[in-house]
Amino acid sequence: MNALAARRRHPAAIALLLMLALVVTGGLYAAFAPKPAAAAAVTADQVAQGKALFQANCASCHGLNGEGNEAEVGGELRSFGPSLVGAGAAAVHFQMETGRMPLANPGVQAQRVSKIKFEQEEIDSIAAWVATLGPGPARPDEEWLDWEGSGDAGRGGTIYRSNCAMCHSSAGAGGALTRGKYAPSLEGVEPVHIYEAMLTGPQNMPVFNDTNLTPEDKRDVIAYVKQMHAVGNPGGLGLGGFGPAAEALFAWVFGLSIMIGTAVWLGQKGA
Amino acid sequence: MSETTASRPAAALRADDKPIERAPQGAVGKLGGVAGWVDDRTRAAKGVNYLLRKVFPDHWSFMLGEIAMYSLIVCLLTGAFLTFWFVPSMGQTVYDGSYIPLQGVVMSEAYASTLDISFDIKGGLLIRQIHHWAALMFIVSLSVHMMRVFFTGAFRKPRELNWVIGTVLALLAIVEGFAGYSLPDDLLSGTGLRAMQGFILTVPVIGSYIAYALFGGDFPGEMIIPRLYAAHVLLIPAILVGLFIVHVTMVAVNKHTQYPGPGKTNDNVVGYRVMPVYAAKAGGFFFLVFGLTALIAAFAQINAIWVHGPYDPSAVTAGAQPDWYMWFSDGALRLLPGWIEFTVFGFTFSPNIAIGSIILLPLVYTVLGAYPFVERWITGDDREHHLLDRPRNAPTRTGVGMAAITGYTVLALACVNDIIAIKLGMSINDLTRFFRVAVFLLPILVFWITKRICLGLQRHDRELVLHGRETGTVIRTPEGRFFERHEDLDPYTRWRLVSFDTYRPIELEPATDANGLVRKGARKDRLRAALSRFYFTDQIHPVTPAELAAAHHDGHGHEALEGAAEEEYPEQIGADR
Amino acid sequence: MADPTNPTPDADRPDSAGEYTEADYTRDLSTAVSLDGDVVGTGGLPERFEDPGLPPHQPRMSDLDEAAATRAERQVATLFGISIIGTLGFLVAYFAVPVESRMFFPGLGSTVSTSNFLLGVTMGLSLLGIGAGAVHWAKTLMPDEEAVEERHPMRSEEDDRAQFGEIMLGGAEDAGLTRRPLLKYAMGGALGLFALPMVVQVVGSLGPLDRPWRRLEHTFWDGEEGPDGTREFTRPRLVRDPQNTPIRPEEVTIGSAYHVQPEGLFDLDPHHQLEAKAKASVLLMRLHPDDFVSEKARDWGYEGIVAYSKICTHVGCPVGLYEQHTHHLLCPCHQSTFDVTDDCKVIFGPAKRPLPQLKITVDDEGYLVADQPFEEPVGPSYWERERR
Repeated sequence: MNALAARRRHPAAIALLLMLALVVTGGLYAAFAPKPAAAAAVTADQVAQGKALFQANCASCHGLNGEGNEAEVGGELRSFGPSLVGAGAAAVHFQMETGRMPLANPGVQAQRVSKIKFEQEEIDSIAAWVATLGPGPARPDEEWLDWEGSGDAGRGGTIYRSNCAMCHSSAGAGGALTRGKYAPSLEGVEPVHIYEAMLTGPQNMPVFNDTNLTPEDKRDVIAYVKQMHAVGNPGGLGLGGFGPAAEALFAWVFGLSIMIGTAVWLGQKGA
Repeated sequence: MSETTASRPAAALRADDKPIERAPQGAVGKLGGVAGWVDDRTRAAKGVNYLLRKVFPDHWSFMLGEIAMYSLIVCLLTGAFLTFWFVPSMGQTVYDGSYIPLQGVVMSEAYASTLDISFDIKGGLLIRQIHHWAALMFIVSLSVHMMRVFFTGAFRKPRELNWVIGTVLALLAIVEGFAGYSLPDDLLSGTGLRAMQGFILTVPVIGSYIAYALFGGDFPGEMIIPRLYAAHVLLIPAILVGLFIVHVTMVAVNKHTQYPGPGKTNDNVVGYRVMPVYAAKAGGFFFLVFGLTALIAAFAQINAIWVHGPYDPSAVTAGAQPDWYMWFSDGALRLLPGWIEFTVFGFTFSPNIAIGSIILLPLVYTVLGAYPFVERWITGDDREHHLLDRPRNAPTRTGVGMAAITGYTVLALACVNDIIAIKLGMSINDLTRFFRVAVFLLPILVFWITKRICLGLQRHDRELVLHGRETGTVIRTPEGRFFERHEDLDPYTRWRLVSFDTYRPIELEPATDANGLVRKGARKDRLRAALSRFYFTDQIHPVTPAELAAAHHDGHGHEALEGAAEEEYPEQIGADR
Repeated sequence: MADPTNPTPDADRPDSAGEYTEADYTRDLSTAVSLDGDVVGTGGLPERFEDPGLPPHQPRMSDLDEAAATRAERQVATLFGISIIGTLGFLVAYFAVPVESRMFFPGLGSTVSTSNFLLGVTMGLSLLGIGAGAVHWAKTLMPDEEAVEERHPMRSEEDDRAQFGEIMLGGAEDAGLTRRPLLKYAMGGALGLFALPMVVQVVGSLGPLDRPWRRLEHTFWDGEEGPDGTREFTRPRLVRDPQNTPIRPEEVTIGSAYHVQPEGLFDLDPHHQLEAKAKASVLLMRLHPDDFVSEKARDWGYEGIVAYSKICTHVGCPVGLYEQHTHHLLCPCHQSTFDVTDDCKVIFGPAKRPLPQLKITVDDEGYLVADQPFEEPVGPSYWERERR
């Protein structure tokens, strides 16, 4: 220690301390700031490729520079594609990895599509470019997606019932919104996409930023949804998770048919 | 009692029938000891003999009521099982059972014990599912049974009383169902109770008092689950079972109705005796209904209360529906516009809620219960009716019934508008608007269509009787014309088609008497005559022997084939009008 | 024995063999009978057809053929046997299968409770075997000749009816009911009133009787209810539901929706918590200040952040479905839709009144607080709602 103390007035000490401070600050910043996690690995090439892909595939709605596309139609300002400034990489990943974008056909809302039109690499580069347009939510850290390891399903369930169940239904089966819009089913949705949906508020879904639902909250919600779906339907046919509606249909169609069928057999004259 | 049919003692009609064997006197056989011992003390033999020898007609549609009865029994059996584990308490506890996603969550003991029944008690889930499926099937089959009774006119004298009892049973059944649905205290059923509190609050003057009395204070309080539990396992079942025993006893006292057919008259019952055939069939049917319900419960999950989580008034789930028998009421609530709420002298009237809930629910069942008396008033028919109507032979009643079912169904579907919207990719707003119109228009349309179908079927029946059955044999006459040979119906088949009664519309008496004074009750009579016309003007009468003879004489034993023949004899039907 | 499919020829058929002769084909068709009309005159024929009586009995295979009967017997025995196997299977399944075991079944997925499935199927078989056996037995081997029972009019014989009247009226007479009207009225009064104690006891004790609707006027935002029933407004913070953390305005980004309760609510015991939540639940949203149509809505908010009661003014479900672009709030129970930009006025559905707004501001530490309690009762309408 003496050796170190003796050298504290060394001209290089200042520089070293500064360096250290910078590294620590940077490290802390990297650790705590809402950092674009993937951005660390982003290269200029990727951003350029992303921009090219964007301009080829997305610009017709979102504008050449992602500034959005609004036009006056019959005296009313209509948006044909929202501005992506500040949308962040998470939004791009969510929309493109679930196939919602590029929009297959105009409708009340973009739908999940099973066939993804872009390679993961292409999506990543578009996301990287969009992330440069303005500060926005980045992809979540793996830590917050580890629902199996550290998620608290019970706590997540309480949050889920307060914040999510009114639209997505307590079973996560989805539900109707106004004028043909709907909250989609959560069955089989990747944890990262559940996370990104909460973070970015796609379509008409409200935004649940990290101060509303902390990353822990989001992880717990994911844990709840996943564990609930893992329990599945111990009682047999799940009937789509639509509760009394599906049960009524089943009772009237199937239950009544077999009962009446049996009654007909019983009432028939023996041969 | 009038003779509605030319009846002969039907039992005497067949020479080859075996005489009904009476048990040899005094030969009680092996059971003699016990049966004798009981009879020594009860004098029961005569009454039991009467019951054992009772005749029940056999038809699948007569089993609908039995499905309901057996489903009720299944509910009682499985319900008793559930009471051993269910804790009817709103006391809060922390869940520590084996359903992982709710571990550590604060919930009521009612909900926690329902989770235990579902996950930790062997066979508990099965019994719970049988209980709930049987409850749904109880009300489904009860409803279809009511439809059968309605469309066949089985509610007519002397069975009006039993119809009223049945209506009360139906209403009690849905109240019982709603109480049971609310017991687990999950998010879905709690939301139902929340809505119920809203309904009650709209009762003028005393609404808030009733609500506070029912919930024992603020919503949700700590009382509603224990109180509903008492109602669900004790009060309502006691009334339900009592009334249902009266209902079944009345069936035995009135003797079962039967469909019209050869040998079946208004003065007899043709069927099988209780011992042995009916006992075996009805007894076996109980096991069939129970067994089928058990199989359904093995294969199909019902009311997965665990996904909903415990009730919390700040949370709600999309797709919030009650069980189906409450849909028509909840659907009406969704269709009613909000602007009809108003305030007078500082008091709030909420017909936008009251009409769909506290008015509609009793109203529907009152109208149902009153129908026999209305029809009896319109027809003025005071005879006993033990022979059923074929629905087509009462076209207006059938139409009215179908219209009512349509209205009910539209309201019920309105209750699942959000599920329909999401399943069919439609707008919930458009659906609601459609249902708002459909609930008024569709019943009228369905009435008209049903009546046309009935009249068409009746005409077809007449034609069949008058012209016989198409044999498929084409005959060429010496002149080169082609005919299909028609074969007369056999008398048994024909009887089924011609043995029904028709009514003449009531003639309106002059509204003023000889002195020009307005007669008392003239307005009522006018309404009655108008309804009578509505019911009976365009009815079709059964073929009479004279008409058949005329048809034979006029050569309707066959029908011209090919266009040429038709052109040659245009309008052969109705030509002499 | 006659065969019903080949009936005996009718008496009024032109030819006793039931076949049409050539003359039939050449009849004059122009005088056909109308389908709907009546034939004038009966021509000496009866008004109605005669009931031909029960059709001839059709013997079953098992009546005619002893082999068929034996076959039926074996089938019935097999069905009962299936029942026994089912019962035994149930016992095995009950004791051998643990309740937490899960299995795969085609069509039902891989999360089926083995215990539920096996118990249900075996129980079903055990019951169905008995039922099907009994019914099959009845259908094949028990007598299938229909029995006929006479019906009698439901009304009693005139004598009995007369006697009944005599007994009742005579009995009343003998008891002096008509001669001593005092007794009649006294008994009527007593009988009419005796149930009151029970009714009063139940009705009087079920819930609070002193203007209970007063309790509907207050929420936890007014402050916690003291022992004397008063509440003191303390500008409670808005806290997240269920995390119970206060909220800073800058955390509520545009498009966000926060589910909110008053601070202190989560300190209540679980039971009172639910009662408080039933009235105090609030939804916090942030819109662009330019999006508001209603001045009041914006003014009662804070920089575009507005708080509205989450309890539907229809029947009280939580109105939680917020669409961030349309700014519509939808109630999942009956689809009442409220427009947040226009002070939550009803734009669709069965609710009449807008959702009450909670006036908010920030406190010294920069957290969102309620500036005043709700100005009107939250939740469903009730009779005395306007009488405050």
